[in-house]
Amino acid sequence: MPDTAPAVTPREEFVTVTGCRTLVLRSGEGPPLLFLHGAGGGGAWQPWIARLARRHAVIAPELPGFGRSDTPEWFENIHDVAYFVLDLMEALDLRGAQVMGHSLGGWVAAEAAVRSVERMAGLTLIGPAGLHVRGVPKPDIFLMTPEEMARARFHDPDLVAAALAEVQDDAALDRALKNRFAAARLMWAPRGFDPHLEKWLHRITVPTLVVWGAQDAILPAEPYAAHWASLLPRATLRVLAPSGHSPQLEQADAFCDALESFIAGSTSR
Amino acid sequence: MRFFFFHLMPYADLDPDYDRLHKSSWVTLPNAYYDPVKGADLYHRYLDELEYAAALGFEGVGVNEHHQNAYGLMPCPNVFAGMLARRMAPEAKICILGRALPVLANPLSIAEEYAVLDNVTRGRIIAGFVRGIGAEYHSLAVNPTESHGRFHEAHDLILAAWTRPGPFTWDGKYYHFPHVNLWPRAYQQPHPPVWIPSQGSRETIEFAADPSRRYVYLQTAAPAATLFRTMQSYRDEAGRHGYRASPDQLGWSIKIYVAETDAIARAEAKPHIESFANKFLRMPQEMLLPPGYTSPASMKALMLSRRTITGSHRTMEQMIEQGTFVCGAPRTVIDQLAEYQQRGGFNIVMAGLHFGTLPHALTMKNIEIFAKDVMPALRDALPPTEVARGAAAE
Repeated sequence: MPDTAPAVTPREEFVTVTGCRTLVLRSGEGPPLLFLHGAGGGGAWQPWIARLARRHAVIAPELPGFGRSDTPEWFENIHDVAYFVLDLMEALDLRGAQVMGHSLGGWVAAEAAVRSVERMAGLTLIGPAGLHVRGVPKPDIFLMTPEEMARARFHDPDLVAAALAEVQDDAALDRALKNRFAAARLMWAPRGFDPHLEKWLHRITVPTLVVWGAQDAILPAEPYAAHWASLLPRATLRVLAPSGHSPQLEQADAFCDALESFIAGSTSR
Repeated sequence: MRFFFFHLMPYADLDPDYDRLHKSSWVTLPNAYYDPVKGADLYHRYLDELEYAAALGFEGVGVNEHHQNAYGLMPCPNVFAGMLARRMAPEAKICILGRALPVLANPLSIAEEYAVLDNVTRGRIIAGFVRGIGAEYHSLAVNPTESHGRFHEAHDLILAAWTRPGPFTWDGKYYHFPHVNLWPRAYQQPHPPVWIPSQGSRETIEFAADPSRRYVYLQTAAPAATLFRTMQSYRDEAGRHGYRASPDQLGWSIKIYVAETDAIARAEAKPHIESFANKFLRMPQEMLLPPGYTSPASMKALMLSRRTITGSHRTMEQMIEQGTFVCGAPRTVIDQLAEYQQRGGFNIVMAGLHFGTLPHALTMKNIEIFAKDVMPALRDALPPTEVARGAAAE
């Protein structure tokens, strides 16, 4: 399906959840779809989200510690953010929600889901962090220069070039530093995973879509994609190519098609 | 002026061309570059140099802590202090500058090690506490966003272990001990002197100058302008708390090379101080400044001024000009140190008389001329009672 979504500007609103003033971007009508951004931060409304907002009420918060949201005192580890997401869903009274997370956000979504899937109809994990396969080398994202990071994130050279050409104004630099702090807080050690998560993934009883970029240079699709799929009771795995760590950007149409058919399939069952 | 000899113990045999393949001599430089046979010789040589300085009348010697790098081969400074404790001239002090508290797993074991050294030396140790530089957080996989919190709590725990009668319970945020009960107790009472080496952050100066601590603040690796500013900040901070900071609360850690004449000094020092600055200190910003290591405001400022440590090639002449290196005949060095003391108001000089690839013979000559021709001339030198604020502002 071609992407014919008009460029819709989302509504920006702040909600205070568990003492954390949180920026939430919202747009669209339909069943709720909650999107949790990755370590680079949120706050951007990209075309692929706009397309999903044609059929869903898309809700995209900036997670605690990131962007324009607060960094509350309790913001110390991934479990804090997982419980926050459950509190946020309760505060916004989301029911039957599709929850989708990318990278760090995928890890948060999985941590939230092992605690409760009560308000979730389905889960989509896009190149999620959170698990560790022993003996598989991963690059050290905290030692990468901005240029190395751009090259590692994207497979498409045009996206690399666009990332490198980006000029940060003062406010953007402040946000980038804040996001980097938040990412380190959650991911530094153990490096981007929770050694206990694997034991409890069987609790995620809702249908789950696992999406990976075949050329992901940050978290390699082989073996991570199959590893996740093997641990989730109701997993569907889609590896999209060519794509780096963000298939929702690099293969936006294929990604949206996969997600929409996953949602259609899991709700008609 | 009081003089200490400080050694970094770099891996001086490092292949200088390593930087064609690797970004830094820290964290990820393959340890295939290290030859244990050469390293063993270096360790013995460096310990000889420290012992020689102690014999020539320095008030003490200094060692420090860095991990997984070619810049400084002392991941365990208390081991070095232990090796020196029974070999050195009996009056000389040993400064451990310092233990990197947040990156070490158990602060109570640091309290113990220091207490042992304090007993064996009968109170000749000076206990340094640092957070470690950013690279340490990469090397030891400790979360840099907890650096300040862990530093303060580990410090408080160690001081309590030294001064409060045990056993007692420690209920901290990061550390929990049902039984804190130090054996041996510290020899010096109430506890060993604490020195705080720092690159000059506001938070650290406030911490050291607090009237409950009054720790010696030691400015490291900074241009003279920064030195004058941080020394003044410490005095201002003391003033805000209603006390006057003594010059003995302020120190300067500085690389120095002294020789027969200015020309000889510059010719002999140049390749070695430049190897220090450009090879051993080489570090990309991501390694030096992990997220959370400093406040976002300081981080931004440091990112903008990063040339001082990680930028382009630095020459000896630039370093002399900046005041990060003092070099020349005894008269030149005496005059320069005296002038800096007048403007900075410090009374402690932590002299880095070895740097980079400086060979043993030149290091020994440097130590000897410094001890015989520089130190006596400045032994009684004191900063003015009132350091002119104009000097500090320059």
